[in-house]
Amino acid sequence: MTTTGIQPVDMHPPVNDRRVRRGRSGGLGRGGGIGLGLATAYLSIVVLLPLALLVSKAFDDGAGAFWDAITTPEAWAALKLTMLTGIGVAAVNAIMGTLIAWVLVRDQFPGKRALDTLIDLPFALPTIVAGIVIVALYGPSSPFGIDLAYKVSGVFFALLFVTLPFVVRTVQPVLLETDVAYEEAAVTLGATPWVAFRKVTLPALWPGIRTGTLLSFARALGEFGSIVIVSGNIPRRTLTAAVLIYGEIESGHPEVAAAVSTVLLGVAFGSIVIVEALQRRARHELA
Amino acid sequence: MSSPDPGVVIIWSDSVRPSGPPVAAGSERPRVQSWNKLGQRAVLLGVPLAYLAVLLIGPLVAVLQGAFADGVGAFFAAITSANAVHALLMTLAMTAFAIVLNTVFGVAIAWTICRDRFFGRAFLGGLVDLPFAVSPVVVGLMAMLLFGSHGWFGPGLKGLGVDVLFSWPAMVLVTTFVSLPCVVREVTPVLEEIGLGEEEAARTLGASRAQTFVRVVLPNIRWGIAYGVALTAARSLGEFGGVLLVSGGLAGKTETATLLIYRELEERHDATAHAMAVVLACASILILVAMEVLKHRRDHELRQSGSKS
Repeated sequence: MTTTGIQPVDMHPPVNDRRVRRGRSGGLGRGGGIGLGLATAYLSIVVLLPLALLVSKAFDDGAGAFWDAITTPEAWAALKLTMLTGIGVAAVNAIMGTLIAWVLVRDQFPGKRALDTLIDLPFALPTIVAGIVIVALYGPSSPFGIDLAYKVSGVFFALLFVTLPFVVRTVQPVLLETDVAYEEAAVTLGATPWVAFRKVTLPALWPGIRTGTLLSFARALGEFGSIVIVSGNIPRRTLTAAVLIYGEIESGHPEVAAAVSTVLLGVAFGSIVIVEALQRRARHELA
Repeated sequence: MSSPDPGVVIIWSDSVRPSGPPVAAGSERPRVQSWNKLGQRAVLLGVPLAYLAVLLIGPLVAVLQGAFADGVGAFFAAITSANAVHALLMTLAMTAFAIVLNTVFGVAIAWTICRDRFFGRAFLGGLVDLPFAVSPVVVGLMAMLLFGSHGWFGPGLKGLGVDVLFSWPAMVLVTTFVSLPCVVREVTPVLEEIGLGEEEAARTLGASRAQTFVRVVLPNIRWGIAYGVALTAARSLGEFGGVLLVSGGLAGKTETATLLIYRELEERHDATAHAMAVVLACASILILVAMEVLKHRRDHELRQSGSKS
């Protein structure tokens, strides 16, 4: 793209040139040492220690016991359901989230700003309230005659609700920064609007879509509050991993709960690590 | 050929194509198949809006409608019962704790990650995000493993006469954990954006690190912090899975608003549960509006600091 000699500056978020300067401020002052100590200590106590404990609990009785715990029919079905719905929800989010961000940035219609604010509602609304609302609206007494309660489709719908903002909010800022002129140039040169979108705009949006999709996947894996209300928690059918963990703790099997938690955590943390790595690479490419 | 003066364009196009469609001034894009385009626009706009209507607007209307389904009197009776008031106070207390802890430590963490170079910095950054990726139930389980009767700290603390599990300390811990990334995530980009210039100037002029922070950094990041606090409040108000496990859920004692909703649903008191759900929903909508205001302030501030340097 840069072979023309013209930097497509407007295509990307502005590169922060101060980032380069930051690298010079090397050595820690005395105050810096305290700040670092504080941050590290806080994160270690609040995040790292509990994590280590969880994983050690999962492997308390060896790897064999761990494997047995996650391959019981209930646990395996719950993990499978959680992963599959997570992937499905992430895929829907990737497409619909991009489309919604597109409409919010490029289109004009009455009520656009209010809608823009409302996109964050699933972040702000307590998940158990989301569950109640979904059952009220699309449950047995639905005014539309749609009953999703106690079904996998209900689980899917609840997850779509709670993960709605992720892709929208990661794509929107990038779309705001991209210049319509490039797309228009492509159309003027004979590209159809779809080709212009796919070849010109989509490459710029791609990092945002990827990040948002992975985040929504990670979020979907752990969702509990809305699922516990909507799904009915039928073992091997609508019981998700998070609800299974709750059940195992309540019935006094913390080691099974720890094993399933470790699997969930591993997958979720894996996707977060991928996000961070991708973001760093994208930033590197820009710099 | 085209001219910015619309008069010229009209005369020119009239003389060439007298029967052609009028060309709008300044429009240099090829205007072909306008019906086709209209259809495309209807789909592009209609599909996402329909999706949002089903997923977002419908539920929102249902919440507000459900509030007064049994009349205003029943609604207020439900949310002013002793248990309900206590649950709301409990939720407020948890939120306050989470806000204070996560603001103080969150700003410290953000500053450290942005300004210092040290081994494991990237790892620390990843660690901050982790609570967003961990299921609240797993958070509850981790707290139980730490403070339960067979946990690492449980027996020791029991000996000291401190009950953590099934009491408010564990609830504070869980609520703080799940909302940890909010402030950090909001303050970090602002710190990166404003850069080092003003801080270095202050330090060069003899200000101590603490003075620099209070006089220079803090005023720059205040709206970022405020936005992070709003997010923390929203996340803490709605915390459910984690506190469900560690609180014991004793009505009138360790029960938060979300736990009350769950218990009332289990006991088939749907009306009470719905009334409390409406209270929480209204609180989160208020926070949402506050966030919108704060977002504009913050963006304004970012633009200003961007143009300053």
